[in-house]
Amino acid sequence: MKIHEYQAKDVLKKFNVTVPRGKIAYTAEEARAIAAELGGTVVIKAQIHAGGRGKGGGVKLAKSVEEAEVIANQILGMRLVTHQTGSEGRIVKKVLVEEGLAIDRELYVGIVLDRSVSQLAIMASTEGGMEIEKVAAEAPEKILKQWVDPAVGLQAFQARNLAFGLGLVGEQNKNAVKFLMALYNAYIAIDASLAEINPLVVTTDGKVYALDAKINIDDNALFRHQDILTWRDFDEEEPLEVEASKYNLNYIKLDGDVGCMVNGAGLAMATMDLIKLAGGEPANFLDVGGSASAETVENGFRIILGDKNVKAVLINIFGGIVRCDRVANGVVEAARKIGVDIPIIVRLEGTNAKEAGVILQESGLKFLVAKSFQEAAQKVVQALAN
Amino acid sequence: MSILVDKNTRLVVQGITGSEGSFHTQQMIEYGTNVVAGVTPGKGGQRFDDRIPVYNTVAEAVQQQGANASIIFVPPSFAADAIMESASAGIELVVCISEGIPTVDMIKVHQYLLNRKTRLIGPNCPGIISPGKAKVGIMPGFIHREGSVGIVSRSGTLTYEAVHQVTLKNLGQSTCIGIGGDPIIGTNFIDALALFETDPETRAIVMIGEIGGSAEEEAAKFIKEHMTKPVVSFIAGRTAPPGRRMGHAGAIISGGKGTAADKMNALVNAGVHVCDSPADIGDTVADVIR
Repeated sequence: MKIHEYQAKDVLKKFNVTVPRGKIAYTAEEARAIAAELGGTVVIKAQIHAGGRGKGGGVKLAKSVEEAEVIANQILGMRLVTHQTGSEGRIVKKVLVEEGLAIDRELYVGIVLDRSVSQLAIMASTEGGMEIEKVAAEAPEKILKQWVDPAVGLQAFQARNLAFGLGLVGEQNKNAVKFLMALYNAYIAIDASLAEINPLVVTTDGKVYALDAKINIDDNALFRHQDILTWRDFDEEEPLEVEASKYNLNYIKLDGDVGCMVNGAGLAMATMDLIKLAGGEPANFLDVGGSASAETVENGFRIILGDKNVKAVLINIFGGIVRCDRVANGVVEAARKIGVDIPIIVRLEGTNAKEAGVILQESGLKFLVAKSFQEAAQKVVQALAN
Repeated sequence: MSILVDKNTRLVVQGITGSEGSFHTQQMIEYGTNVVAGVTPGKGGQRFDDRIPVYNTVAEAVQQQGANASIIFVPPSFAADAIMESASAGIELVVCISEGIPTVDMIKVHQYLLNRKTRLIGPNCPGIISPGKAKVGIMPGFIHREGSVGIVSRSGTLTYEAVHQVTLKNLGQSTCIGIGGDPIIGTNFIDALALFETDPETRAIVMIGEIGGSAEEEAAKFIKEHMTKPVVSFIAGRTAPPGRRMGHAGAIISGGKGTAADKMNALVNAGVHVCDSPADIGDTVADVIR
């Protein structure tokens, strides 16, 4: 789950990670009041779940409370387009108003799972403000790493290695070590799946701050973080995906025209690939999970058909424990109820597949029944051509 | 021959009294798996199906029934603990079906298993089957048939699809392992490939990967250097958008890493028969094995 910068900073602060003073504002008046409270120069930062906000015009300096109000007024309600939002951008509904800092250096620190060793890696780089993927590609030697032994957690010497590696000495070094230890503790405590502080800034008086903070939370761990769960921002999500999540359907909207409904994530991805190979473009990823009951299928249909680009639907179910005849009944029932008027290609394989075929044929509905994965793809192409 | 599970497997089911645990225990017994015990803390002394003893701890199941393998059906919040309990009791093979274990928990489990003899399969996997011998998992047994193709996969139903295609070609499987869709798993592709390479019955291997991580790239390197048997592969997710978790916790392209294209290239360069279409797995296996 993604959270906003201001939420990330709120939670980091609780774990003694130093962040600039600041507050969230929903109106220009609130922004003005916060600026007055902070005093001096402030930074107004659009809060959306996407990077590249500065380049898109969503982060600006204000030298007075009046200016803070004017700028907040500009940013609030704007359609912010960045390289991560797509061309449609996002409407800004809130801004973070923060104290301005006297910046000496901009650095990078991040914590991420290194899947090749199943340990957390703490990464640091002198190239603050740059995307770490870009640094990794162009100058991998500039990325310092320490791997954490989970039995003992991050050790001070490891944090020192990173801090010295970044060229931090004296008070700066001590502050950076404290910062890194606190960041690691926060990461573990909130079950993060990513923490990126980019940039981490060193101020002219030797302090270090998280000037930006990007934190993702491990979805699998949300059951033990009910407080974080309340931070979910539905405005940042695709409406159809929000709808699907209400029915526990794993749906991701894509840009194509062939909808698909599949049981199992791997088979769902493979089905999308097959649609593409057949000359179509998948309109979505949808894993209906193990049950594939009539109700699940009906909800799946509604979600898929909610996407107006969809010109055909491919249902691909490999019945194991779930019986294909039951799925077939579900498909027939759902199609009758909803009144689908686009071609539906159905491929049911596995337990009771034959019985399922009969149910579909005798339903009187115009299903295109495919016997194999290959045939399913061919029928999709035919359907698109007609 | 086969790998990891066979007629000598003495299985204990952790979470045997739960709805999923009891259903699949019944299925495994029907397939012919030797289920010797169940464990549900607090329900020790009961019997499953009037027959199989239920214990409070895995250690008891090992002592009393000589269990040497376990399968886990407990909820994700308790699953990491269940894995470590089995490892501590000296179980050699632990198959964890549970989906949704927090990554921070699995980091600890991984560390815990490092210097122990226990092999973990999963979590978030369909399990393992040696057709005609033993099924330690939730896969439909009837689509399998005894034979000489080893299958290893990060997926569930896509594995069934591959098994089905292989069976339709009148070929069978030596062992099929679902290694799981999470970012941290026990047995990985390389472990499974190495076991298949030394298994006399296995003549060819199907490896089904997907986007996310670099396990397929690492496997490609291993295949190039160590494998003599032919490997057929399919990688799911070439149409998946970056930055999105495609169902499996581990199936995500992040920072431009973990794309299907990179994995397919690495495998092709290692001499693997990479299928463009998931519909071609059976045909390709039939081609390389004849």
